[in-house]
Amino acid sequence: MTNLKIIFDRDTWQEIFGSIRKNKIRTIITVIGVLWGIFIYITLSGSAKGLDNGFERAFKNIAKNSMGFWAQRTSVPFAGFKIGRNPELRLSDARLLKDRIGGIEFIAPRNSRGVFGGTPPLVVNNNKSGNYPLYGDYPSYAKITTKKIYNGGRFINDQDVKYQRKVCVIGERAEKELFEKGENPVGQYIKINDIYFQVIGVHKFIPGGGFESEGDIFIPFSTYNKMYNRGDRVDFFFLAAYDDQDPVAIEEEVLFNLKRIHKVSPLDERAFGSFNIGEIFQRIIGFARGMTFLSLVVGVATIIAGVIGIGNILLISVKERTKELGVRRALGATPSEIRSQILLESVFLTIVAGICGIILAAFVLAGINAATLNLEDFPYTNPTVPLSYIFGALFIMVSLGTLIGLIPAQRAVSIKPIDALREE
Amino acid sequence: MISIKNLHKSYQMGASSLHVLKGIDFHVEEGELVAIMGSSGSGKSTLLNILGMLDTADEGQYILDNVEIKDLDETKAAKYRNKFLGFVFQSFNLINYKNAAENVSLPLYYQGISRKERQQVALEYLDRVGLKEWATHLPSELSGGQKQRVAIARAMASRPKVLLADEPTGALDTKTSYEVMDLIQKINEEGKTILVVTHEPDIAQMCKRVVTLKDGVIVEDKKVKQVMASAHV
Repeated sequence: MTNLKIIFDRDTWQEIFGSIRKNKIRTIITVIGVLWGIFIYITLSGSAKGLDNGFERAFKNIAKNSMGFWAQRTSVPFAGFKIGRNPELRLSDARLLKDRIGGIEFIAPRNSRGVFGGTPPLVVNNNKSGNYPLYGDYPSYAKITTKKIYNGGRFINDQDVKYQRKVCVIGERAEKELFEKGENPVGQYIKINDIYFQVIGVHKFIPGGGFESEGDIFIPFSTYNKMYNRGDRVDFFFLAAYDDQDPVAIEEEVLFNLKRIHKVSPLDERAFGSFNIGEIFQRIIGFARGMTFLSLVVGVATIIAGVIGIGNILLISVKERTKELGVRRALGATPSEIRSQILLESVFLTIVAGICGIILAAFVLAGINAATLNLEDFPYTNPTVPLSYIFGALFIMVSLGTLIGLIPAQRAVSIKPIDALREE
Repeated sequence: MISIKNLHKSYQMGASSLHVLKGIDFHVEEGELVAIMGSSGSGKSTLLNILGMLDTADEGQYILDNVEIKDLDETKAAKYRNKFLGFVFQSFNLINYKNAAENVSLPLYYQGISRKERQQVALEYLDRVGLKEWATHLPSELSGGQKQRVAIARAMASRPKVLLADEPTGALDTKTSYEVMDLIQKINEEGKTILVVTHEPDIAQMCKRVVTLKDGVIVEDKKVKQVMASAHV
């Protein structure tokens, strides 16, 4: 009925401000309760989001559902073979896997020396030399992990592989150690294992991409295999599934197919090794989600506690103001007018506290953001809270403020004016 | 103006019942100044509370300004109180965080009168009780007599039919009491019906009619020769 009018009536607010001003300390303490609640809520969920973004950033250089496979030793006898056999991955496996498993987007066979086994080859440029891990790669490898190439260089391409070109992409450390400062290595020749290779690019090392280092040298896969007489054998398959695929399922499918191709028992857990970044990433995302959820629960619980505090203090305030409310009733205030006044007080305090809390939390988040802006290693980026969360929190606060306010309001109304006035 | 027939009121005190008003018949004409006297426990405050619609009778009829007061819910009672009645309390009951003018304008606020008009009316009534210069002062900055005068201004501001004063001089010294009674007499002279509950005989003598209650019944109801308070001030 007249309730809406009351909200927009200047006099109503004058009454509310009057009674709030009268109880400054009580009001401040109350407001702090809710303010703290919303502050915790916003800060926590912002931080959780920051963490989420941070992980996202840490993994941005590698396909989120990428995984790797290599051969080990069989541990289950199968099809007439004894255990302890070493299956060998072949280039043809890559084609078969790609054909059979639709979820694979890219597959990159790799060979390497100086990483898992073998000594890194000696690399020489004039009078400078060093030993660096060497990889034989396909161009598709750069699609699975991002390779930043400096100085107008490039990564290995299909032509390099096709013609077994003697070209290489070197790492930052190799550049620093083999070339003079300021010298552009691209186009120059270096000796790898006494064979001249032309440098076609320098890659920036990006941490978080697995086991690589800043000294790595990449050469075309075909060149590598020719150089080390590897035929079509492959040490390692690195592959990326499409974004919508479940990485765990793809991993299982690949292992299943590899076992079939190489006549390995399906029950053999040790014949092929694998790692699954997708699974790790999913776990981390799950962790970040858990954090978000936790912050939601903690925040909402704190808000509720704060609002209950408001209700509690209003209840005390109503008790304190029994006489005043009685006088108002005697002077003609209707119960609904008293009720609206107490309710509006509750809602108003809640909203003010909420907005203050949001502003404070925004400052804190901005502070944390500024402090962690240049920390590459710390997974924390751009802590934000979606507007819907904020409006949701405000909505919860207003509804709770109303609900909780109803208790003291009802109490205020239930006091009979005569009893109120009798109280001396 | 006021007509009461066979009014009964009991209070439930745990297991026992306390019969406070045992059949009151009582009539007040417009413009009367009636003192209700009686020792404590005689039922005079209960009677006033029922007249003020702060309490309801168990039995009997109450007609105020040709309106029968019955079946009151709180909202209706509040409206009637606001429209018909002005209250003056022993302990003033001013709202301590509102200044004199705001206190006086409070009943008008509940009548839904605009802010500007409220302010104007409040100042007008403060002027009538001689406290216009004190309009912006808080109750804590006023003396007891001044507070009661503000309370009277507040009671008058809503232009009630009847002014109900419950021991209006109970908390005041003799001199201030007479000042307040002088004000009440003046308001009565202007034609307002006023009921004063008191247990002080000298205050009762300043009214035009004295009704004495004892143990819940009216034992005496007589017109008296009014003593003008101004003679004592």
